[in-house]
Amino acid sequence: MRFLYAFIAGGLFGAGLFVSGMTDTSKVQGWLDVFGDWDPTLAFVMGGAILPMAIAWLLTKGRQPLVGGSFPTPPEPKIGRNLVVGSVLFGAGWGLAGLCPGPAIASLSYGGWPHWVFFVAMLVGMAAAPKLRQQLDKAVPAA
Amino acid sequence: MFDTIPTDWIWGLIGGLLIGTGGAVYLLGNGRIMGASGIIGGLVDGSGRASALERLTFLAGVILLPILINPIYRPFSTHASQNLAVLITAGLLVGVGTRIANGCTSGHGVCGISRLSLRGMVATVFYILAGGVTVVLFRHILGVI
Repeated sequence: MRFLYAFIAGGLFGAGLFVSGMTDTSKVQGWLDVFGDWDPTLAFVMGGAILPMAIAWLLTKGRQPLVGGSFPTPPEPKIGRNLVVGSVLFGAGWGLAGLCPGPAIASLSYGGWPHWVFFVAMLVGMAAAPKLRQQLDKAVPAA
Repeated sequence: MFDTIPTDWIWGLIGGLLIGTGGAVYLLGNGRIMGASGIIGGLVDGSGRASALERLTFLAGVILLPILINPIYRPFSTHASQNLAVLITAGLLVGVGTRIANGCTSGHGVCGISRLSLRGMVATVFYILAGGVTVVLFRHILGVI
């Protein structure tokens, strides 16, 4: 069942990214570009996604996952240096190309070569991240 | 009034609900957080080897459903940049950044904000600010994108 749930979840995620227009880089950049012809779509996608997810979190109370085990415990509410530095780097790349990891995967079948170039570069970045994080910790120890 | 509302909004809302429902299935079914960068990143750096098949099954769904819907959907372009330097730089930044921050739009954004996680909200504020500054800088000032 674990794999069935994973496939259904991935399918819904991919279908949602597709129909919402979030694999269209101009819609993402259009939302970020407050000085241009502002496109509000992303806010609707975010709002639409947060609603069922909030209900799901409420349903986790007093239960356990259908496949057994336990639900992920909330992380320590610590705002570390890595959270901020990483998010700023991610945001810069997101703005530059108009793609984030989910849409980058969902669009592989129809986005053409630019999406593959972005995807491969993203994988390289992900592979390099653990080393870079170590270097960051060494150079500027987290408080 | 309704004829002035572009259907893009409605598709955005429908797509958002589908995305959130996917996250709900992954959480309630498997007890996992649907974060795209975490699911892919764990495969790339080996930290998610124990759950590799589950991750790959999820990703297969993400890729397959658009292939199935595409023929019956209105045609559209993704308007992606054709500038190699832009694509490679952006990909590297997204890959490194999401793994250092331990999450992206789906993990910190959708899954984090919906559980009122402070980390999720702070990450979201920072990547949106950085994204906004980048678009304004590279579009309106430098004219690269």
